[in-house]
Amino acid sequence: MKKPDPRAKLMQGNEACAAGAIAAGCRFFAGYPITPASEIAEQLSVRLPQVDGTFIQMEDEIASMGAIIGASLAGAKSMTATSGPGFSLMQENLGFACIAEVPCVVVNVMRGGPSTGLPTNPSQGDVMQARWGTHGDHPIIVLSASSVLECFTMTVKAFNFSERYRTPVILLLDEVVAHMREKVILPKPSEVEVIDRVKPSVPPEWYLPYEDTSFGVPPMGIFGEGYRYHVTGLTHDIRGFPTLRQDEIEPFLIRLFRKISTHSDDIRLVEHFMTVDAEIVVIAYGCVARSARRAVLEARSEGMKVGMLKLITLWPFPRSYIELLVKAGKTLLIPEMNMGQVSREVKRVSEGMTQVLTLNKIDGTIISPKEILVKMKEKR
Amino acid sequence: MIDDRPLIYKYLRHDKKFPHVWCPGCGIGTMVGSLIRAIDHIGYTKDEIVMVSGIGCSGRLPVYVDFNTLHTTHGRALTFATGVKLAKPDLKVIVIMGDGDATAIGGNHFIHAARRNIDLTAIIVNNSIYGMTGGQYSPTTPYGDRGTTATYGTVENSFNISQLAVCAGAVYVARGTVYHTRQLDQLIEKALQKKGFSVVEVISQCQTHFGRLNKRGNHIEMLKWQRDHAVSVEKARNLSAAEMADKFETGVLVDREAPTYHEEYAKLRQKAKEAMTPPVGQEEKEESDRREASDRH
Repeated sequence: MKKPDPRAKLMQGNEACAAGAIAAGCRFFAGYPITPASEIAEQLSVRLPQVDGTFIQMEDEIASMGAIIGASLAGAKSMTATSGPGFSLMQENLGFACIAEVPCVVVNVMRGGPSTGLPTNPSQGDVMQARWGTHGDHPIIVLSASSVLECFTMTVKAFNFSERYRTPVILLLDEVVAHMREKVILPKPSEVEVIDRVKPSVPPEWYLPYEDTSFGVPPMGIFGEGYRYHVTGLTHDIRGFPTLRQDEIEPFLIRLFRKISTHSDDIRLVEHFMTVDAEIVVIAYGCVARSARRAVLEARSEGMKVGMLKLITLWPFPRSYIELLVKAGKTLLIPEMNMGQVSREVKRVSEGMTQVLTLNKIDGTIISPKEILVKMKEKR
Repeated sequence: MIDDRPLIYKYLRHDKKFPHVWCPGCGIGTMVGSLIRAIDHIGYTKDEIVMVSGIGCSGRLPVYVDFNTLHTTHGRALTFATGVKLAKPDLKVIVIMGDGDATAIGGNHFIHAARRNIDLTAIIVNNSIYGMTGGQYSPTTPYGDRGTTATYGTVENSFNISQLAVCAGAVYVARGTVYHTRQLDQLIEKALQKKGFSVVEVISQCQTHFGRLNKRGNHIEMLKWQRDHAVSVEKARNLSAAEMADKFETGVLVDREAPTYHEEYAKLRQKAKEAMTPPVGQEEKEESDRREASDRH
């Protein structure tokens, strides 16, 4: 009989997320209690002081978002975790992190909405808010997770992307993934790839904090390390000072988009499951990807040619992967726990060239494998 | 007369972002002078100071000074400052806010930063009006006074910012005016040197909006009003409520000792480490030992 792995643990998604944060080097957390994300704060309130980090419970989510940006500017990798109502409150300062290019991670454990909605029930209703929640045109990176292990690995990824691209990264978790307990073997700290922000190497008097570089991401000066510069939410020039000059506004905003779009191959994460010969491909993310996987296996056992494309990165939207499916003429089925936030995007990619089926559920329960299977059979 | 030119060359971004946005006759520049003189007198290095502001006329200040500067969102300066200070406690954090910034949109952050005793200095320029947006009434506009959104006079009661800070737990609270600049220099200097959450409320004038809408004359007239209505804390003790009705106290209102958030958190860290079972790093080592042992069997 196979011996149990001594490193195996029974762990909750939120716990794995907190563990991922510590492994990625997070040393500052500011948050406000909210169901179903509170366990992340609880875990980090225990762990962070043990590693000389700081946990603080702020007066609201607005303050939490402000505090993590401040901490990041002072050199600490920082994070907050919340759910729908709190995520709404964070939007203004999230935009600040975008324009001032401050790395930070925001975990949003999605619950049913709108408003107070369904605090203890799952939903995937915040996909579009994560993309467009803060005002003004801006790029953003949004990741998702469908297992407890992925809660760990995607939290690490979120930190790595935020540091590499100097941008806030949002991790969208489903309530059922965040609260689910399953067996998980976390990688050892030495096995975890950790990326840190690039700091300026020029003499301070030469430093231009928002200068374009070949990578598109300027090195980041840290408060107190000799690179005195100005950080503002106003549209700024390469020195960081507010500007109203057209020849400075547009190049700056275009660089913000470009630094994400030119590295989309690195950022867009997906997983293919039996898609090669599939006639129907299910496109799913979060907990629904688990149901979809099961549905695909059951359909295969009945002789149907189906597969799944699991989206891990939701934004920037992994359109190149979907374009290949569209070109191959595959029928696409998008089950999701909202009224069609990702399927709408898939339809934009498909441009009517292939059939796009939707399966939407907003009753506060997850989509079961059977429901997906029934939908597949309808098509056949 | 003190020659401020060396200070201008040393501390202001004089070759970068001037002229500034403030109106002629604005009191904010006077406050900047006091702040710079206080910083210079104490002898902080420019690298160790982080100056944080919110939105409004006062929010523009950090652009002009050569420190680590952070111009945040409306009302949220103290939240960003909390993050900066806790992540790097060696930094000297100074937060500049206006009356609307600190007590309307940022009121909640203000009382909680005071309650936590975050070790920073908050300087609040109180001109009783929203200047940047064109003269709307603020939480410190006196009852009956006018703003562009209070054409008939405001029917709201006003906040006493300093008293609010005292009640919320600030360890040092002082009120000065931009008329009494020498006193203001000293009040700010003491606030900067105070360990814990220190507040300086600076009574200032907005002649462009408040003065015009309320027929208070130009900035000279408004400065004279400050001179005639400021009463020192010591003198105020001997005056009746009726005598103080249209006056305000200036000077140090509170100066007390209390442990800062960071000091308390350092103790908490110690406790957290002691509570660790097994201690840091050992978990992994034990696991590898166990693995090696099981491999041998």
